[in-house]
Amino acid sequence: MDYSNLRRQAASMKKVLFDQGHLDEQFRQVEDLQDEASPNFVEEVVVVFFKDSGRLISNLEQALEKYPRDFNRWDAYMQQLKGSCSSIGASRMKNECMSFRDNCGKGNVEGCMGCLQKLKREHAILRQKLESYFQLLRQAGPAGAATRPVM
Amino acid sequence: MAVAIAEAPFHVLAVDDSLPDRKLIERLLKTSSFQVTTVDSGTKALEFLGLHGEDASISVHADHLDVEVNVNLIITDYCMPGMTGYDLLKKIKESSSLRDIPVVIMSSENIPSRINRCLEEGANEFFLKPVRLSDMSKLKPHIMKSRCKEHYHQEEDDLLSNSDSNTSSNPTNNSSSDTISNNSNPTNYSSNPTDNSSGDSSSARKRKAADDEILPKTSRPRHS
Repeated sequence: MDYSNLRRQAASMKKVLFDQGHLDEQFRQVEDLQDEASPNFVEEVVVVFFKDSGRLISNLEQALEKYPRDFNRWDAYMQQLKGSCSSIGASRMKNECMSFRDNCGKGNVEGCMGCLQKLKREHAILRQKLESYFQLLRQAGPAGAATRPVM
Repeated sequence: MAVAIAEAPFHVLAVDDSLPDRKLIERLLKTSSFQVTTVDSGTKALEFLGLHGEDASISVHADHLDVEVNVNLIITDYCMPGMTGYDLLKKIKESSSLRDIPVVIMSSENIPSRINRCLEEGANEFFLKPVRLSDMSKLKPHIMKSRCKEHYHQEEDDLLSNSDSNTSSNPTNNSSSDTISNNSNPTNYSSNPTDNSSGDSSSARKRKAADDEILPKTSRPRHS
């Protein structure tokens, strides 16, 4: 098996994620924290992030139904979510969070709903792409997982 | 007399209700050679620090004499359900045994009035999230400064107990001359003012220690 080729593929996959704006510089900051002592750190954080953001999105959806037009409450949920997205470098998701909050500020329910749908879509896309990315890294072998692929 | 320098890493208590953020701050701190404890709420932070119940501010002087926990710095998120980071900061500053522990506030929102409020309440530093590795280098100066204060007061005790002529410098002179250079040797008390503002946004503004308070001599656990 050509491990260097797999690593190249993984690097290329990651580059696309950056080029298309799914990820931003903060993701690189997170990668910088991975080392021999913590060789799977990035994947661990990403897994935690998707679990956590999934939960927050679900809570928000419930709140949208249970508390109609309660923009302060909706905004508070979204602030939490935006924080997480920001911490991990989930750039597109973060932008949708910000648009949602803008719409809260304007009292625009439809705008909020639209943003939430986009947010869910971005969440799903990013999750799927990063899962593929980490899978590729794992196939590329321990060396591929422990070191940061060169972009 | 030889100063006992802690061989053990400094211990930071990190408080954040967000799990991904907790994981990140833990890694940031560990990568920077700190020993880390994370908790997910202000209430749990106070429990860990040995404060109990609602009247934590007046409670546990006696309890603190044998407290096992030794925390050198507290870093906390601002926005948390229940007890906010600001509430936690206040509780810490109201406690005679904890108020000298440096506190850093983190927030994803850049709100100057919030930042000022925290600094005025005694926070040593404010970090805008996402916190970066480069922010970690700002922590040690705060720890060293608070240890230096403690060291000066301990020296004063020793000198007084020897009842010799007091030849050392006035230990209560805690103005800008007790700044510590930001290197790994804690006895190198140069006058390098590392605790001055690094000059960027208001989030870097630090409160000058105007409080020349005398530390309670034995109620703070000694660093071994």
